[in-house]
Amino acid sequence: MSEEQEVVTVVKAPVYLKYNFTAGAAPARFLAQIKKGVLTGQRCPKCSAVYVPPRGSCGGCGVATEEEVVLSNKATVQSFTIVYIPIPNNPIQPPYIIANVVPDGANVSFIHLMSECVNEDVHIGARVEAVWKPKEEWAFAMDNIRYYRPIDEPNVPVDQIGKLPVTGLEG
Amino acid sequence: MANLAAVVGIGQTKYMTKRLDVSIAGLVREAAVNALQDADLTWDDIDAVILGKAPDMFEGVIMPETYLTDALGCNGKPMLRVHTAGSVGGSTALVAASHVQSGMFKRVLTVSFEKQSESNAMWALSNPQPFSTHLNAGAGGYFAPIIREYMRRSNAPYDVGIKVAVKDRLHGARNPLAHLQKPDITMQEVEESFMLWDPIRFLEACPSSDGACAMIIANEELADKASKKPAWIRGVAMRSEPTMYAGRDEVNPQAGRDCAADVYKQAGITNPRKDLDCAEVYVPFSWYEPMWLENLGFAPEGEGWKLTMEGATSLDEGGDIPWNCSGGVLSSNAIGASGMIRFAEAARQVRGDAGDHQVEGAKLALGHAYGGGAQFYAMWVVGSEKP
Repeated sequence: MSEEQEVVTVVKAPVYLKYNFTAGAAPARFLAQIKKGVLTGQRCPKCSAVYVPPRGSCGGCGVATEEEVVLSNKATVQSFTIVYIPIPNNPIQPPYIIANVVPDGANVSFIHLMSECVNEDVHIGARVEAVWKPKEEWAFAMDNIRYYRPIDEPNVPVDQIGKLPVTGLEG
Repeated sequence: MANLAAVVGIGQTKYMTKRLDVSIAGLVREAAVNALQDADLTWDDIDAVILGKAPDMFEGVIMPETYLTDALGCNGKPMLRVHTAGSVGGSTALVAASHVQSGMFKRVLTVSFEKQSESNAMWALSNPQPFSTHLNAGAGGYFAPIIREYMRRSNAPYDVGIKVAVKDRLHGARNPLAHLQKPDITMQEVEESFMLWDPIRFLEACPSSDGACAMIIANEELADKASKKPAWIRGVAMRSEPTMYAGRDEVNPQAGRDCAADVYKQAGITNPRKDLDCAEVYVPFSWYEPMWLENLGFAPEGEGWKLTMEGATSLDEGGDIPWNCSGGVLSSNAIGASGMIRFAEAARQVRGDAGDHQVEGAKLALGHAYGGGAQFYAMWVVGSEKP
């Protein structure tokens, strides 16, 4: 044995955790629909707000949501960020836009990728639509929507963001 | 009515990117020993230990409190772990305080920590779930759109965040424990630093730090006999709200406003800007200073940025309400400890023990922490005098 040994202070020991995802009643219904190419939310029986993705309850009222609502492919940009750092193990090249989008017919936003856009032109209130993966790739996953892209519709006034009916701007 | 309690000892580590010379156990023990020394006490004087840290996924050590028992001298003593995401350092201090205020214990040690060099926070915060798309943009990616919405609403000039980034680093340069030491930082340097999550630039974001913070909280009888001046706890409050509900105001969250109103009421504060001498507020991204100035009632809605731009929050500009004299989260971010550092630094100020970042004659100070999707809040007000 050599007397001169390298001093070991840190050893990298990756831990791999594999989970079975138990969807629960509300996400199970949401995922079953998105597998068929349909984006759905759930309506609060008390305040009528529509949640997407539904988690089975309204956080504001603290009551269960049951009624299922089909949402539009069209949505509004509530806010966004332009990201300049790469996502580990993801082919998306920075800079790319992550937007908080509210689908027509829903009252909360979720984050998704934006593409087919000029980053500098994206703005709060911009109208966008979902671009889906090819049907044969649809799984039980939100990623069935590949990204959102801008559409040629008038901006939504800020006080109307998150309040449009499923029929969109024309109401 | 709660019994009186006070901070009688404070211990911190030097915050830095990598503390390779100590394990997690060594890190927390260092802060605890420093607090005991500050209070002129020994391990035998401690009745119970309250520990806090951010998610276990960070370092991959599950329930680290069980492994840290020996290092914190609480073998055979009551120990409790607190977890409220990024606000945990603050809520841990509040849980510790409540164990004394209730009369349950006479003197408790409270410690919080993070060893970010042994962790991957971005990964730990982004485990994939099938009902959302997996974009792994970390905390900056989450908070940047909220900042953008604040900028739209308030019509604030584009360089408010840049000013905060400079101000807090100049404060940090007065604090030898601060991780970032940038006494020569300029507005231009911050503006030219690369964009991470537009509108957040590199120098407008907090660093990743290793570090721990500890405090000893004692009841009135023991605090009266303390070797150094105690910081009397004048108000304590915690609030939370769901991450997502329809109509949620993410820029100016209800839970933060309610928490501030509660803690001010207990401390007899009616005008926080006037009544408080300074504040240590959790600002991990520069624009959160003007946002929290409004949320915490230091300025009317939409006008927080004016205080920042006037220099009201700057020690170097002689501001009337200095914020984050220690350098704040923008200068040191050992996540689990960051909230407790705010609480401890507020206590240092009213003890008159804050060294080069002391606000002269500080009598009343606010400590603040937030966490999760800006949904968990913990606050305390400490004073140099008994209520």
